[in-house]
Amino acid sequence: MTTEFLRVTNLHAFYGESHILHGVDFSVNRGEVVTLLGRNGAGRTTTLKALLGLVGSRSGSVMINGREAIGLPPHRIARLGVGYCPEERGIYASLSTEENLSLPPLVGSGGIAAEELYAMFPNLAERRATQGTRLSGGEQQMLAVARILRTGARLLLLDEISEGLAPVIVQALARTVRTLRERGYTIVMVEQNFRFAAPLADRFYVMERGRIVDGFPAAALPAKMGMLHEFLGV
Amino acid sequence: MTEIFGFPVVVVLGQLVLGLVNGSFYAILSLGLAVIFGLMRVVNFAHGAFYALGAVTALLGLKLLGVNYWAALVLAPLVVGLLGILVERLLLRRLAGLDPLYGLLLTFGIALAIEGTLQQLFGSSGESYPVPEALRGALNLGFMILPRYRAWVIVASLAVCFGTWFVIERTRLGATLRAATENAPLLQAFGVNVPLLVALTYGGGVALAALAGVLAAPVILVNGTMGSSIVIVVFAVVVIGGMGSILGAIVSGLLLGLAEGLTKVVYPEASNIVVFVIMALVLVLRPAGLFGRE
Ligand SMILES: Nc1ncnc2c1ncn2[C@@H]1O[C@H](COP(=O)(O)OP(=O)(O)O)[C@@H](O)[C@H]1O
Ligand SMILES: [Mg+2]
Repeated sequence: MTTEFLRVTNLHAFYGESHILHGVDFSVNRGEVVTLLGRNGAGRTTTLKALLGLVGSRSGSVMINGREAIGLPPHRIARLGVGYCPEERGIYASLSTEENLSLPPLVGSGGIAAEELYAMFPNLAERRATQGTRLSGGEQQMLAVARILRTGARLLLLDEISEGLAPVIVQALARTVRTLRERGYTIVMVEQNFRFAAPLADRFYVMERGRIVDGFPAAALPAKMGMLHEFLGV
Repeated sequence: MTEIFGFPVVVVLGQLVLGLVNGSFYAILSLGLAVIFGLMRVVNFAHGAFYALGAVTALLGLKLLGVNYWAALVLAPLVVGLLGILVERLLLRRLAGLDPLYGLLLTFGIALAIEGTLQQLFGSSGESYPVPEALRGALNLGFMILPRYRAWVIVASLAVCFGTWFVIERTRLGATLRAATENAPLLQAFGVNVPLLVALTYGGGVALAALAGVLAAPVILVNGTMGSSIVIVVFAVVVIGGMGSILGAIVSGLLLGLAEGLTKVVYPEASNIVVFVIMALVLVLRPAGLFGRE
């Protein structure tokens, strides 16, 4: 049986006076990996931020695990079991690797223990005491993903985790996403890197100018390549 | 008699110790200011008023309820801290995201209101707070006779400063506070109740001011405006240490107390302005402050 973990209906979002999202609709089932595709500036990052209440103002409906989240402050939304990995990674300079890892509070049960995370990302284990922002770009990305796995979040919002990283790191992150999927996590990925996202996702949505303009399952991917080529240049 | 640069060593040492006592007050007060500024970007002009309120609360507690000094050391900061939380929740919160100038004006207004109220209630002459029994008498340091109470002030404030530094730099709560200072929206998206953290931080900073007030009560005249002159020096200390730097606030608080003490030996006329001269020099040579990040 598939159950919806996230349903977004008619979501509008604003930064001050700028109206960025114009009625976004999509849904994600429990245990599904869904990728938001789109050109730069299409509104994918804003969509993730709007889910968390990190935009200036928003309207519409965001149902997370059966609860309406549109009126909640960000910390209450997180506690519905949401983990967020921001596009800029958001590693804290004044915190060590270890402090960054243990910073987010638990938002659910069944999180992955720190020691297991260090086993998944051995580079981090070696650099526990290092200032967070002294890690390499790839290590910072691993840390940004690892720290939301500790919390027991079941819905992960991952914004461009493959961006700007060496191929070997990108492959390691792809393995991580696959592992998480096997463990039943629900994942919304924003990706520019189509080759990274294509083999990982169960379904795709395409965004354009603050709206979802298409949605299809992975099986329909071959038939959609022409459209994607035109839309995204992939 | 032994001399350093023509000044008797005993005199120099004596003034340094007295400078350290003043520096202890500077350190606790600037620590609270730095914690508040770091997280909230609010220059808390009401800090001196909360310092006075701490001393007055201790005095009232003693006279009306028989609360002794040791209990007041805990209770007065608690009461004043709760008042601070109220001020943050009801007033300061509304200014979040606006020009910092508004926060400055609001806290200045709060300072005037608190000091005015205290003056209205207790007059402006001031009252002394008795030195607690256990701390009466003096220590003979060889080069000077130091009242036991002043030695206690140094020890207590070093302990408070170290404790605060430890909590902020070495504990999980402190890591959360540092993270909030750096990127609060993301921290809130992780599930931390940042608005509550901000209120508690303001309450904590203000409680430190009140603690300094209780420590000061037995060595000065307690009145509503006792904070208005020291707080000006403390603002200079915070600027010298680097706005928002915890270690900077503590170290420069103590150092500037010592600098004042030395100046009293070398050129007493300048002892009231030496802090501001140093501030001007620091602003020219290292605008972010001695411990500030550029
Ligand atoms: N903080 C902001 N203030 C104003 N406009 C913004 C802000 N962040 C993004 N935008 C605008 O919102 C639009 C969507 O941006 P974004 O969601 O980052 O797109 P994507 O992640 O798909 O590249 C862009 O036009 C961008 O300029
Ligand atoms: Mg983006």
